[in-house]
Amino acid sequence: MIPDGRAGIVGYGAYVPRYRIKVEEIASVWGEDPEAIKSSLRIEEKSVPSETEDSATIAVEAARNALSRAGIDPSDIGAIFVGSESPPYAVKPTATIVAAAIGATPDLTAADYEFACKAGTTAIQTCTGLVVAGMIDYGLAIGADTAQGAPGDPLEYTAAAGGAAFIIGRDNLVAELEGTYSYTTDTPDFWRREGQPYPRHGGRFTGAPAYFKHIINAARGLMEELDLSPEDFDYAVFHQPNGKFPRRVGQKLGFKPEQIEPSIVVDRIGNTYSGSSLLGFVRVLDQAEPGDRILLVSYGSGAGSDAFSFVVTDRIEEVRERAPLLEEYLRDRVYVTYGEYAKMKRKLKF
Amino acid sequence: MNRDVAIVGVGMTRFGELWDKSFDDLFVEAGLEALEDAGMSGDEIEAMYVGNMSAGRFIDQEHVASLIADRSGLTPIPCTRVEAACASGGLAVRQAILAVASGMYDVVLAGGVEKMTDVTTEEATATLATAADQEWEAFHGVTFPALYAMIARRHMHEYGTTREHLALPPVKNHRNATKNPKAQFRFEITVEQVIESPLVADPLRLLDCSPVSDGAAAVIVCPLEMAREFTDTPIVVRATAQASDSLALHDREDITTLRATVEAARSAYRQAGIEPEDVDVAEVHDCFSIAELVAVEDLGFVEKGESGEAYHEGMFEIDSDHVAVNPSGGLKAKGHPVGASGVAQVVEIVEQLRGEAGKRQVDGAEIGLTHNVGGSGGTVVVHIFERGD
Amino acid sequence: MGGVPRFWRSIDNRYRLVGTRCENCGEVYFPPRVVCPKCRREGEMKEVELSGRGEIYTYSVVRVPPEGFEEKAPYVVAIVKLEEGPLVTGMIVDCDPGEIDIGTPVEATFRRVSEDGEDGVIYYSLEFRPVRREE
Repeated sequence: MIPDGRAGIVGYGAYVPRYRIKVEEIASVWGEDPEAIKSSLRIEEKSVPSETEDSATIAVEAARNALSRAGIDPSDIGAIFVGSESPPYAVKPTATIVAAAIGATPDLTAADYEFACKAGTTAIQTCTGLVVAGMIDYGLAIGADTAQGAPGDPLEYTAAAGGAAFIIGRDNLVAELEGTYSYTTDTPDFWRREGQPYPRHGGRFTGAPAYFKHIINAARGLMEELDLSPEDFDYAVFHQPNGKFPRRVGQKLGFKPEQIEPSIVVDRIGNTYSGSSLLGFVRVLDQAEPGDRILLVSYGSGAGSDAFSFVVTDRIEEVRERAPLLEEYLRDRVYVTYGEYAKMKRKLKF
Repeated sequence: MNRDVAIVGVGMTRFGELWDKSFDDLFVEAGLEALEDAGMSGDEIEAMYVGNMSAGRFIDQEHVASLIADRSGLTPIPCTRVEAACASGGLAVRQAILAVASGMYDVVLAGGVEKMTDVTTEEATATLATAADQEWEAFHGVTFPALYAMIARRHMHEYGTTREHLALPPVKNHRNATKNPKAQFRFEITVEQVIESPLVADPLRLLDCSPVSDGAAAVIVCPLEMAREFTDTPIVVRATAQASDSLALHDREDITTLRATVEAARSAYRQAGIEPEDVDVAEVHDCFSIAELVAVEDLGFVEKGESGEAYHEGMFEIDSDHVAVNPSGGLKAKGHPVGASGVAQVVEIVEQLRGEAGKRQVDGAEIGLTHNVGGSGGTVVVHIFERGD
Repeated sequence: MGGVPRFWRSIDNRYRLVGTRCENCGEVYFPPRVVCPKCRREGEMKEVELSGRGEIYTYSVVRVPPEGFEEKAPYVVAIVKLEEGPLVTGMIVDCDPGEIDIGTPVEATFRRVSEDGEDGVIYYSLEFRPVRREE
């Protein structure tokens, strides 16, 4: 899908809660070997939302940071889409809470998206379409989650909290969109039924037929459509359910470690689900230079991948410092015990 | 005032967790005791004012004016329920005084009652918190103790008041209450016990806070010229004053002062033609320890910021040369059935000025003052009384 | 705090710190006021969005929480002096009680404060956190 006109990111922002729990802390409770877990998942610790946070508050903080960088009047935002699998309400969109919190109401359209971990990137596609069609001036796309991991389940080590927001527009871009490509099938690798607090997953089924198949096909589909190869990209950002998958899929696609490593955040904050690939993307935007080309490929269980190619513009250096860099969120951290973690989980059931 | 007013009868129940007594039982008991004290049958009462903060939440009953007139056997006289959070009682006394002073009525009963233990402690605490600003204070999880705790912290910051200073009013009040048969707590506590009691809202601890209590109190008011028909020891109302301030603590000019206390006290001293030094005995509103420290400053008994040291020197003990503060045990040790407290303060002062306060008698007490506060200071009622001879 | 319409009316004030400024005397009020206490009928109130920056004026750590705040206890509540002048009550989040004191600079952050039970409306509001980022 190649846009019919200029479109891209006008402002971007991230938010990660400051609390962390280490793999060792969780493993000691369940009598598991932390070193084995750390080496198999390639993760050290994950982020934990405090008792006054949820995916809506994370979405708002990320959106405020994106607005700081975009430098636009929030009332000029014509659409807000929030992707999450842990929205505070089952019925009542987070998007309207964000809209009110940033002063974008009332002249806009809004909705929430669900497509597991790729809901936020799908929101970027929708905003792009509306912008390119000339129907709105700016769209705000957000991916934010307080992911749920059942006590004692392997997902407990990785299910984390965080989010990123992107303001899409035509002008004053920090990164221009060259094209996007999606690969979607009905693959039940990971799901959560209505009313259930925790998801279920297909174990090894979530690998080759799910994560790898969709990311590889979306990435190849995009590169074919744009007539690009891995060497043409400076960075490759993939969805990060753990530290192994994004590195492996990148290698399979022909990318080198130096293209992939800069975007890896999962080892320090875990898998932020709808925020995962987007936070990897933010990490890259925080350091990329004008002219760099970035591949971004998300993955959402159920299943699908959205692939994007962005080219960074001169404007990025001007706006980068207007909001906290992701590194500041990664560094500002406080460790909690499993007991504190359990207390924090109680209300939101994550 | 058009004519002088006197108090001719007083009565109150014990304060405490009174499981066997209902809201009705409490009020009737206090009212009957006041009638007996005045040697009245009840036919003499022409109107009633009742202070009650929240029967609606504590016993699911509004329209308590009607209920009280009914259960007292005093219908069809006019009965009015008065509410100003914890100042409801003092305000009811003020309404009665104004009604008699105006000439509208001759004999009026002012009472206060609160039945707080029919709900859980959590529900009682939540109800007390409705005295604060619901939308802009309670919304953020601010509790009533937290409000006074914030006052305490600022007072400590601005004046160097210490944690030990805060403990002194509760220690004094518990000691005084051992001499008060109607008090809820009749045991002494030490400074160490206060400082080591569980934290409620830093820096305030459990023993800095007045309790949840049931109780009622009543006083009978009539024109001074009529008083000797009912008593040999009429107590004259020398001043009745009231002031308001913002509902929320954050809207105050200076949160270490209750401006409503300063204003009401100024008006009261002016009406009575006296200075703070002339007061012999005072019942002040010690819903929390810090409240008493601030009250004695705002009432002019001590310079602003110096109350801590003054307590340290024993300035407000029953036997001191200075004004004796809270000889009854105060809200802390006597108990704080919200709507009744302001009336009970008047009962104590009347007994003190009559010389009937037994072991807690302040020698030679001639002029007494009551100070009743609603919420964190949104309403304050101050009265000054003097022996009638 | 019950009442959905009551919360809804205050959303702009709570989500974006929209207060009122009296055009007559220049005083800024938060929470918003309909009548300027200084000017009364001479006053003219206009809405103004506050920055959320300020410092702690006084605080307390709530250890005995009210209903709806049980899993948050102990938590810090404070009166914050905003840079535009008004004092406002709020929570101080993302901090250890020992880290803050009177004078600590704070900034506003969007938080989930409480809810009307398991199935009721969720109350969001700007609260405050210590400023950690150097400008």
